Amino acid sequence: MAHIKLLNEELPGIVGLLNYRPETARPLLDLAETLLRGPGSLTSGEREIIAASVSYWNQCHFCHTSHAAAAVAHLKCDIGLIDEIKAGLPNTPVSDKLRALLHIAHQVQRNGKNVTDEDVAAAREKGATDVEIHDTVLIAAAFCMYNRYVDGLGTWAPGPNEAYAAMGERMAHVGYGKTNG
Amino acid sequence: MPHIKIENEFPGIRGLFLYRPVTAAPLNALVQTLLHNPHPTLSAGERELIATYVSRLNTCKYCCNIHGAIAQHQLGNNAEIVQQVLANPETAPISNTLKALLKIAAKVQQGGKNVTAEDVALARAEGATDIEIHDTVLIAAAFCMYNRYVDGLATWQPDDESIYDQMGEQRAREGYLTPPAKIKPKEELNHSTKF
Repeated sequence: MAHIKLLNEELPGIVGLLNYRPETARPLLDLAETLLRGPGSLTSGEREIIAASVSYWNQCHFCHTSHAAAAVAHLKCDIGLIDEIKAGLPNTPVSDKLRALLHIAHQVQRNGKNVTDEDVAAAREKGATDVEIHDTVLIAAAFCMYNRYVDGLGTWAPGPNEAYAAMGERMAHVGYGKTNG
Repeated sequence: MPHIKIENEFPGIRGLFLYRPVTAAPLNALVQTLLHNPHPTLSAGERELIATYVSRLNTCKYCCNIHGAIAQHQLGNNAEIVQQVLANPETAPISNTLKALLKIAAKVQQGGKNVTAEDVALARAEGATDIEIHDTVLIAAAFCMYNRYVDGLATWQPDDESIYDQMGEQRAREGYLTPPAKIKPKEELNHSTKF
């Protein structure tokens, strides 16, 4: 049970919190929409992989599984990607650039100061632009917020990966803070 | 030097806001809602103290100094209370409710799962409402984002305290949505007072 009395206790993870406090929901949803589906040269699939990876490192089951499911929906790939992300994508053909950006994201997850000049130079060498480096740092930082918000208030989350498939489709193809149709 | 090329004169997150306006809009709307807009029970000064404290725990110099300056100006230009909270919230002259909320904020800073039912029960026993607990968790979480954003891109974080004071006074008065005023280094401030 959540640490506070939500208006609808059936809504999982951040969904119940957004419903509880609409004033803060608006900018939180606008931020997710901009970071994950807004203008940028990284694909939405790549950005959702960064979001899901950071959420896994922060041990936030709801955010990891739902954003990995959104990546599955963007990439139209097998649901096995959800567990692949946990393992560090050993069997998934992702670009060297994305691997270098994921390393930066992992440094940010621990603390912003952990990002070194060498980490940034390595990403540049693999073709990352300044805006891509910026967006990677901000996505990683933002999920250090969303994860703490979701876990810090003790929200509940569905267990199995399959339970997140429809949610991932909606996140990928309808968007954040938008309603169907 | 910042990790990316930032072509403006502003420090910390303000330089990043000008670099990437598309992400600045929701980031600014969030901080305005969390810290400046009217709140049913927590004053802007109390909310700024939570932001300042979490930024110190994350060792983010820019965020700790700027929100400390905003807190100071929100609390009747009381710089001492900010230093007392940073040194030890338990002995600072703040309410027992705020002390309990700062304990929750410190747990969130380490990881969301660290917040226990006992932490929440203690805050409730000191009079905290559900909205106060919710907002404390979200403010602490949000500063785990802002701090990482500012440090992760190695932004310029001035040593000159007068810069934070000028910016803090402006934000306490105007909120977060107005453009930043031109920064005057200390030498220039001293110079201008001679006329």
